[in-house]
Amino acid sequence: MKSPYQDAPRQPLNAAASRSAYWSKSLQIVGIVLAFWMFVSLGCGILFREALDASALSVGGAPLGFWMAQQGSIIGFLFLLFLYMVLMNRLDRAHGFDQEDQS
Amino acid sequence: MNQDAWNFIFIGGSFALYILIAIRSRAATTKEYYVASGGVSPLANGMATAADWMSAATFISMAGIIAASGYDASRFLMGWTGGFVLLTTLIVPYLRKFNKFTVTDFLGDRFYSNFARAVGVICAVFICMTYIMGQMRGVGLVFSRLFDIEIWLGVLIGASIVFFYAGIGGMKGITYTQVAQYCVMVFAYTIPAVFISILLTGNPVPQLGLIGDFTKDGVDPVPLLSKLNTLNQELGFAKYTDGSFGKLDMFCITTALMCGTAGLPHVIVRFFTVKSVKAVRSSACWTLLFIAVVYLTAPAIGAFARTNLISEIHNCQYNQAPAWFKNWENRGLIAWVDKNDDGVMQHRSGPPFKGKPVYTLQREEQGPRQVTNPLTDNANEVFYERDILVMANPEMAGLPMWVIALVMAGCVAAALSTAAGLLLVLSTSISHDLMKKIVSPNMSDTHEVLWARAASFFFLCVAAWFGINPPAEFVAKTVAFAFGLAASSFFPTILMGIFSKRINREGAIAGMIAGVGLTAGYIVYFQFLAGHKEYWFGISPEGIGCFGMILNFAVATAVSAITPAPPKEIVDMVENIRNPNDAGSATH
Repeated sequence: MKSPYQDAPRQPLNAAASRSAYWSKSLQIVGIVLAFWMFVSLGCGILFREALDASALSVGGAPLGFWMAQQGSIIGFLFLLFLYMVLMNRLDRAHGFDQEDQS
Repeated sequence: MNQDAWNFIFIGGSFALYILIAIRSRAATTKEYYVASGGVSPLANGMATAADWMSAATFISMAGIIAASGYDASRFLMGWTGGFVLLTTLIVPYLRKFNKFTVTDFLGDRFYSNFARAVGVICAVFICMTYIMGQMRGVGLVFSRLFDIEIWLGVLIGASIVFFYAGIGGMKGITYTQVAQYCVMVFAYTIPAVFISILLTGNPVPQLGLIGDFTKDGVDPVPLLSKLNTLNQELGFAKYTDGSFGKLDMFCITTALMCGTAGLPHVIVRFFTVKSVKAVRSSACWTLLFIAVVYLTAPAIGAFARTNLISEIHNCQYNQAPAWFKNWENRGLIAWVDKNDDGVMQHRSGPPFKGKPVYTLQREEQGPRQVTNPLTDNANEVFYERDILVMANPEMAGLPMWVIALVMAGCVAAALSTAAGLLLVLSTSISHDLMKKIVSPNMSDTHEVLWARAASFFFLCVAAWFGINPPAEFVAKTVAFAFGLAASSFFPTILMGIFSKRINREGAIAGMIAGVGLTAGYIVYFQFLAGHKEYWFGISPEGIGCFGMILNFAVATAVSAITPAPPKEIVDMVENIRNPNDAGSATH
């Protein structure tokens, strides 16, 4: 997914518009990350656990729902934090908010 | 070399290391004392935060709880790691940009009110005190078992070490000792697990051992968890992979633990020590990675320990019991009552007798220790304290003496690192938030550091006193309180402070009071007053923080809507913290 701001000049002419675009974009990223966060932990680990346990799917010797609750969700959280870091850093770059790294 | 010598080398060696680091990183200014000058690398901060976060309870008790309750314990596994996703995406990048020393600073400034600041100080002190008592007790217990000294002496030794590097070194001293403590902890936790995993499943990676096959003694391989389910059911326990909590209750408890984690001040302030908002994001990844190494091992240790315990104890003649059984029986953490007089130990569901074992003084040669507790009428004959599962694990698996010493050093590192982080928040709450910001704003930097050191000495004395004379029932019950309080006060209020420009002073204060009031009232009523367990909608006190949080959001939004909007400079401030540029170094 390519941000429309990626090719914009480093200091956009309209700073206020850029800021509000940056903010709504970061809210989107947070929203996506938190939706997956809820799905892997509260969803798979608790709400749909019985269904997942009963399904034919399993991870090694562990029923899927149980495994999601004990290990899978933690691995999922790690991926999500990494994803958050990558997406936010890219957004910062697109809006010229990363100058401090170049000094 | 005997066990005592190994213990002495490992504990003594690790202490010498911590003190050496503390001396090399003394803090002179408030900036060094509160945020280590804001120049810690993301990797180092990740290790330090992981050590700060994983307490003596995590290290010693968590695997035991998992072993005893199987699926039910998932609430801790998910709650205490999932909170970091909330923390990273919703809280710390913005508070780092805000660029002050404490969490309470944000409440006071964003809601332009010293009343909000005072509520913050009270919540922070309460949360941290609840926690730190348990840590001091943990240090005392480990020392008393290791060196055969009284618990009070163990607590005092632990307290002096913590004061030495936290009181003197401030955040700077704490950060680098926590890095060292993380390394000790992670080896102490995983090395025994590796040996046991090879023994039971043939897999050298303990995290994978959980999903592996049980292959001990050359039997036909069966999945470890099926084996455990069968064992559990044979003895009349519920299946290991099934839960006993209601779905709604489990949901609320997990949510409260997650939101509570994201609102704990001693974890949030650790992220004030890195250079920029970008560094906060990568540091959060490192933190969760380091925590995950331990948290992915814990369910494996729990399953291994349960399998080992049942297969070695159940239907075993007492006079052929393994050596570790008798060792821990001698220390008063295991007991056996021969209800059917057959000389064989039967392990079943339910407590074998009422309460903790009270031993009589006489003991037959080669015989078990006798207890005087009134017996229950179930068939279970074996009592064991859940906490021994991690500490006795190396002995159960017959590991070399140095591994046992390493585990002990790990327990101490876990307790000390958390105690130090908590002590820092306690001391800054007094020196910075109370003295500097409310009582005497003209105080000099040197005076502020002096206040911080005096406050940390005071709180450590209080914590040590509670460590020596633990209000046992009280501590266990108030842990739910610490998380419930963090989830219903700090987390929602900070969140609204960042993500809404409309929430004002009146709204935030009313929201905090309503949220904390509901949570505290519910917990106090059901833990101390009610004497029955007819919870509302089946929500246990552990999970009420979830509703406290929702109430806080609702009240704050409603009250803000009918009172004047916050002043322009506050709106500008909120606008500013949303922009990650130029986080600079922390100022007051």
